Amino acid sequence: MRIAICVKEVPDPTAEKRIDAGTNRLVRSGENTLNPYDRHAIEAAVQIKEGPAPDAEITIVTVGPESANRSVDRALAQGGDQSVHIADEAAAGSDLLGTARILAAALKRGNYDLILLGQQAADSESYVMAGLVAELLELPCVTQAASIELADGAVTVKRQVETGYDTVKAATPCVVSVSDAINDPRYPPLPAIMGAKRKPHEVLSLADLGVDASTVGAAGAGTTVGGLSKPEGRGDTIVIEDDGSAADQLVAFLLEKKVVA
Amino acid sequence: MAGIAVLCEVQGGEIAKGSLGVLEEAARLGAALGEPVEAIVCGSGLDDAAMGALGGFGASKVRVADDAALASGIAQPVVDACASAQESGQYRYWLAGASIMSADAMAGLAARLGAGIVIDAVELHAEGGALVTRRSGLGDSVLAHCGFTTPVGVVVTRSNAFAATEGNGGSAPVERFSPTFKAYSQAVQLVGHEDAEDSGPDIGAAEVLVAGGRGLGDAAGFAAIEECASAFGGAVAATRAVVDAGWYPYSAQVGQTGKTVTPKLYIACGISGAIQHKVGMQGSGTIVAINKDKNAPIFDYADFGIVGDLNTIVPKLTELIKARG
Repeated sequence: MRIAICVKEVPDPTAEKRIDAGTNRLVRSGENTLNPYDRHAIEAAVQIKEGPAPDAEITIVTVGPESANRSVDRALAQGGDQSVHIADEAAAGSDLLGTARILAAALKRGNYDLILLGQQAADSESYVMAGLVAELLELPCVTQAASIELADGAVTVKRQVETGYDTVKAATPCVVSVSDAINDPRYPPLPAIMGAKRKPHEVLSLADLGVDASTVGAAGAGTTVGGLSKPEGRGDTIVIEDDGSAADQLVAFLLEKKVVA
Repeated sequence: MAGIAVLCEVQGGEIAKGSLGVLEEAARLGAALGEPVEAIVCGSGLDDAAMGALGGFGASKVRVADDAALASGIAQPVVDACASAQESGQYRYWLAGASIMSADAMAGLAARLGAGIVIDAVELHAEGGALVTRRSGLGDSVLAHCGFTTPVGVVVTRSNAFAATEGNGGSAPVERFSPTFKAYSQAVQLVGHEDAEDSGPDIGAAEVLVAGGRGLGDAAGFAAIEECASAFGGAVAATRAVVDAGWYPYSAQVGQTGKTVTPKLYIACGISGAIQHKVGMQGSGTIVAINKDKNAPIFDYADFGIVGDLNTIVPKLTELIKARG
């Protein structure tokens, strides 16, 4: 069984967030990290390999600059066997559809039985990549999986929807995005972290995948960002570090605000 | 390309409230752009009179795909229905509110049409004869003005971004159409459904909500939350993550797939504050956040934040409130 996991490198949440005033793009310099939501997809794949499909081969797939290889290694350490990394300057500035086109081209080439994604990207809070990729690949798609069972060439997924919980079934090959409640990802042991670099890494260009560069990147983006503005805030936020008196300070605040009497 | 199509979602036989708000906002946008607005409804066993009532919320026409394949609420058959509607309607824009189904359906439609897609839109403006959205970004610290370069633009609006009125009581002509379904779109099968049980206290009515998230560590962590809520005379709320994990009942869930609440006081304990949670509680009077991670997004929209260990802070808070009696 061949499992692919689409991952994304995102700015570390601890780094300062800013958008470049010249290009209106998110500035991705500084510390980057593997999208935390993707770790749940990797854990789900590892559990499939430990359980119903011991022969599973797990491939980490990403689109991003060459420097994203650190996050690829982080994903491999957690449980990937090999990686496919599409690094091409012409891919920079891709919008959701552009990124989906590149991922779909890479995924098509790999003939995967199961394609997993995290539920969203932590930087853009985008939650539509699974739906975009599945449609481009013309594959069945299930999002927000709270559990995945694999048996007889089909996945059975429990997922939360507005009216409760649905259980759905789809034959493989299919695309599944997993909820962050599906599992508690394990931290990789040191030897796995050390060994990640030695796993097979494939670095590809758009041309390698036969992707027309004019359909992706900034040039092919279907959406434009024409300007930025400040939303109305809630007003002042008081944030304190607990030194033992936080509960007292909170009660004083609530009394002052007349929220409690 | 002309006109605006609004995907209106049916939940429990009725049009979802979120869809009505988007439809009304689309009508305002359509008036400014000079584009007609049509409602697209997908389901099974739909009633013409009920669908026609969407005219009272701004639709000039209601187009209904009524097919057993659309009964399950699974998104991919809806993609097929929307694509069929697009073939005959040649719409310039597609809009939908951010339910799980609608977001998935709009993603599929955008991919099928090669259309640009903007998600999490909180405002829709007519600028220079075109739609320019405001999309919230970077933890809601900035609004990006997003437009389209493609002939068709697809927009998923943030849940609760547009509140619905009661409508004007009008109605619109209903036209039924038959979608063409693709094999892969019908491959996902619904094999079971558990309705969200609506037991327990009504969190929508509580003046104080003490909410717990993954930061509680485990289901047992809710004991301290329950005590705290009881000290305030309030109720307990929970995030989707802990409900999915089975730590607390669905009826207490706040957020995009749960309830929308507006208590006087909302105390978020061990909740990072992802956008799906925020949309369900940002209308609260005073928001307090207790979290050990000082970078948690919840601190960006709390009035009072405490960085620290909720296992010591929450019981102390409970004692202090109890002592005030």
